[in-house]
Amino acid sequence: MRKGPILIAGGVIGLLAALLVKFGNPVNMGICVACFYRDIAGALGLHRAEVVQYIRPEIVGFILGAFILAIAKNEFKPRGGSSPLIRFILGFFVMIGALVFLGCPLRMILRLANGDLNALVGLIGFVFGIVIGIGFIKKGFSLGRSYKQNAANGYIIPGFAIILLVLLLAQPAFIFFSQEGPGSAHAPLLLSLVAGLIVGGLVQRTRLCTVGGFRDAILIKDFHLLTGLIGIFVVALISNLIFNPAAFKIGFAEQPIAHSDFVWNFLGMSLAGLGSVLLGGCPLRQTILAAEGDTDAAVAVFGLITGGAFAHNFGTAASAKGVPANGQAAVIIGLVIVLAIASFVVWQKQKVEVKVKEGVHVG
Amino acid sequence: MLAKITVDARGRSCPEPVVMTKNALETHHGDLEVLVDAEVAKENVKRFAENKGFKVTVSEKDEDYVLFITK
Repeated sequence: MRKGPILIAGGVIGLLAALLVKFGNPVNMGICVACFYRDIAGALGLHRAEVVQYIRPEIVGFILGAFILAIAKNEFKPRGGSSPLIRFILGFFVMIGALVFLGCPLRMILRLANGDLNALVGLIGFVFGIVIGIGFIKKGFSLGRSYKQNAANGYIIPGFAIILLVLLLAQPAFIFFSQEGPGSAHAPLLLSLVAGLIVGGLVQRTRLCTVGGFRDAILIKDFHLLTGLIGIFVVALISNLIFNPAAFKIGFAEQPIAHSDFVWNFLGMSLAGLGSVLLGGCPLRQTILAAEGDTDAAVAVFGLITGGAFAHNFGTAASAKGVPANGQAAVIIGLVIVLAIASFVVWQKQKVEVKVKEGVHVG
Repeated sequence: MLAKITVDARGRSCPEPVVMTKNALETHHGDLEVLVDAEVAKENVKRFAENKGFKVTVSEKDEDYVLFITK
């Protein structure tokens, strides 16, 4: 398959991310799916960290952009039933890991494209997590198949996006908006929304996925999705130099909304990578799938949002000051639980396969 | 002539349809039929098999795709 379209799509995402920073998003946070869900959790009052509360229109755009294209291309298929509860837990811990690193895998690429070498440590951890996950997949890890569902199920997530947009426009008193900190830094609503719509549409069409890029390259030597990630990196790098030259800085120290704790940057992203590969896609991809009617992905998204709320209610999220003890404990607990779930699934599956083989009659 | 086998990869998340196809191609040397129900899975399996040098023909059956993979 031609790699041109996905390379260009990645490039457009990299360009939009740099532009969103130029017009007001926090530095290196043109797009960060984990951070944006965390901000939405804050805006809805699910956590009360005053610096990270905003209904990010980009998320609304991702969902509606993907939804519109899925409908237009006849790919909107309400479906579900593939281990939703496990997916919720995986989504939850992907968020815990991402917020210890301070960013989803997409922000990791954007941070790297702006000279933040801590993201390189994160990237190594991310790939490490993916390799562990691939080991489970090779042993037969599966969350089982999904089935067609009543159409009503598929409209929940697009409906959720529209409600978020209404709340953002109406700004009722019970919705929280940061007055300072990263939550207060944002591009104009319309620009964020349109950028989100474009990204949502592009990812829906190209199936771009940060975890898929590395997974396919390692597992089946297929570099299709990875090409898209290279597009994001290269164009974000060039665009940052053009639009945000003051913020460009190569090194580890004093990077924006980041810390230099190697161990926890590594382990946080290992958890995010492992959880994402078991889910079958990164937080951005889960969002797009949810918009296409995949209710299992939608459950993973609610796991992400819950993880974002939990991370700030229980002080597990990192900050520029570093990773709190609670965050370190949460990552370790997350790794243990996710590894235990994956092992248990594989063990159960192998047990069933042995039984099936024993039951085979010859002749 | 080896029998044709069918892999039912409907409803599976990434990368399972591809892994199931890969495993089937490694253990079975006849023709292979892969059943998927998503456009993404269809593209992924097709790309994978073609990269491995197989011929792939796709047909639609009800709401599913049938990929016929042959040498």
